[in-house]
Amino acid sequence: MAGIEVSALHKRYPDGTVAVDHVDLSIGDGELFVMLGPSGCGKTTTLRAIAGLERQTTGDIRIGNTLVNDLPPAERDIAMVFQFYALYPHLRTRDNLAFPLRAEGLPKAEVRERVDEVARLMRLAPLLDRRPRRLSGGEQQRVALARALVRRPQAFLMDEPLTNLDAELRADMRTEIKHLQGELGTTMVYVTHDQVEAMSLGHRIAILNKGRVEQIGTPLEVYERPASLFCAAFIGSPPINLIEVEVADGKLRSQGGLVLTPPPGLPRDRCLVAGVRPEALEVTEPGAERSVPARVASAEWLGDEIIYVVDHGGQRDVRVRMPPTGRFAADAAVGLRHTGGTPAVYDVSTEELVA
Amino acid sequence: MAVSVDEAVSAGPVRDHTPPARRRGGRGRSVLEVALLAVLAVVMLFPVLWMIQTSIKENRDVYAIPAKFFDFQVTMDHFKDVFVASGGGRSALSVSFLNSVVVAGASTVLATVLGVPAAWAYSRFAVKAKKDQLFFILSTRFMPPVVVVIPIFLMYRQVGLIDTKLGLILIYAAYNLPFTIWMMKGFVDEVPAEYEDAAMLDGYTRLQAFRRFTLPLLVPGIAATAVFALIFSWNEFVFAIFLTSSDDVRTAPPAIAGLIGGTTVDWGLVAAASVVFALPVLVFAYLVRKHLVAGVTLGAVRR
Ligand SMILES: Nc1ncnc2c1ncn2[C@@H]1O[C@H](COP(=O)(O)OP(=O)(O)OP(=O)(O)O)[C@@H](O)[C@H]1O
Ligand SMILES: [Mg+2]
Repeated sequence: MAGIEVSALHKRYPDGTVAVDHVDLSIGDGELFVMLGPSGCGKTTTLRAIAGLERQTTGDIRIGNTLVNDLPPAERDIAMVFQFYALYPHLRTRDNLAFPLRAEGLPKAEVRERVDEVARLMRLAPLLDRRPRRLSGGEQQRVALARALVRRPQAFLMDEPLTNLDAELRADMRTEIKHLQGELGTTMVYVTHDQVEAMSLGHRIAILNKGRVEQIGTPLEVYERPASLFCAAFIGSPPINLIEVEVADGKLRSQGGLVLTPPPGLPRDRCLVAGVRPEALEVTEPGAERSVPARVASAEWLGDEIIYVVDHGGQRDVRVRMPPTGRFAADAAVGLRHTGGTPAVYDVSTEELVA
Repeated sequence: MAVSVDEAVSAGPVRDHTPPARRRGGRGRSVLEVALLAVLAVVMLFPVLWMIQTSIKENRDVYAIPAKFFDFQVTMDHFKDVFVASGGGRSALSVSFLNSVVVAGASTVLATVLGVPAAWAYSRFAVKAKKDQLFFILSTRFMPPVVVVIPIFLMYRQVGLIDTKLGLILIYAAYNLPFTIWMMKGFVDEVPAEYEDAAMLDGYTRLQAFRRFTLPLLVPGIAATAVFALIFSWNEFVFAIFLTSSDDVRTAPPAIAGLIGGTTVDWGLVAAASVVFALPVLVFAYLVRKHLVAGVTLGAVRR
């Protein structure tokens, strides 16, 4: 097992597309590292470069202590699971699993043993004699995972492995992958564009945008202090409220009159935006203490919570997440109150976190 | 041949998309349809039937006026004449058939062996000016053989390929190669590249990955493509008649054509030779008909 070190990785396709733009990643040994980003941000390209399926234009990739830039995929000792599972259609599950081992030239008895072991681990025993065509999507996915596991590689690379599954199965598989990774302690790089998947799986998350890394951090860090407006908007559902604020009398004031505690070291004379999570706001009776007058534009009751869209005279309506008790009707006059701590503040022109 | 591909492709969808209203056009309509199709079939098949009839008629029945359709003596003499010379031993025609087998077979194998890896490379790799290259390759097929046959003749005379089977094999392979590349590229595009990626991560080299995973999935496509190439080489006439002259090199098409044009024409022999000539293509196309249909419709279906 080994960590993966990616430094100044740059990939320009022959048609001129820059898919990965000087990306640095330092993935620890045994870490479950998630790369998150919208479609086309270069996640797959980065992963394929690590696997050796794509040659980077410039930059270095190290697996363990080995510089693997010039090593073919076969010699990098990593396994990859594709979004499209890529099970060999003409082979039964058993042979699909045995394939990487036979390629290594392991003796027959050991191949058998390892296949049985991984089949037990992934509960594939009843499927061993079927061909991929006769497996459901979820089963194919499990076989694909098992095929990655069976080789006991130095690292796993997963490219949106759950995208083709339905929601319920996806949640199950997510748990399973997390559990397996913890059990085996093998480094895993997991690519997804689903923030829920990223938050629930990752030890650390790298958020990519247009081929660049916007932020790397634990799920909590990424959620609490997004490094840029892009990250702020990308993580969280319902999305974060971006409220234009001004610094006055040592406070942050929004157009609608909301008052927030400013973080220390704020620059003056700049257009600022505060990122306020929906759960850091509260809808109150009108005229409650520290509240500003507001109006409920709409209310979405989700069973365990209510999402209010509230108009408080600011430029944009804000979203508020509330427990399902205390329901305010749409159009009701209410109060709006900030209950969270210091918000993250961004410069509008650079779109970066300023404090 | 390219034309037949297009026809086959468009034939399928058109039939499938016939609106139900037209299908339920009533009894009169379907009777009319059947009648028209029957007339068409008779017109299309009459020459073929006539050829087959002539091949099994006695000579005096062949020349009978009015023509005898049913009450003639069946004989296999013409077929014997195709293979056995009048004085015993092998006939010139049988030699030409053998030449056709060798030339068509070898040129098809050559075009396939060169074309399949080329198609794979064009499908999988980022090649500079890929579209232009592919267009250039295809454009070599735009010209009918008769346009280039004189330059080829002169070139062949210089390098000593005139009147050799090798010469024919090379020119047929060259003619089939663009077609093979284009048709096979469609098939390779259909096979997800992830199979090869996965195999490479499993420890195979790129070529091994191609050979062990992609190639088996391409077999139906290769069969379909090869049949098309084979049929082209088997039927080819212009190059054959210009580039070969001696009996032991000549392929069947010019040899059969050579039977016509003397002072007397042995129509029975011509017909029998034509039947023998047509049979292999029919049989072969029939054997791989499933692949042929898959082959010509595969590209038309979007996943
Ligand atoms: N072979 C290629 N040639 C040219 N451009 C490419 C190629 N592969 C990808 N790209 C481009 O590079 C960029 C990054 O692609 P990539 O596949 O890495 O995105 P991704 O983050 O994996 O997106 P998705 O979530 O949709 O899978 C995209 O703009 C894409 O169009
Ligand atoms: Mg991708």
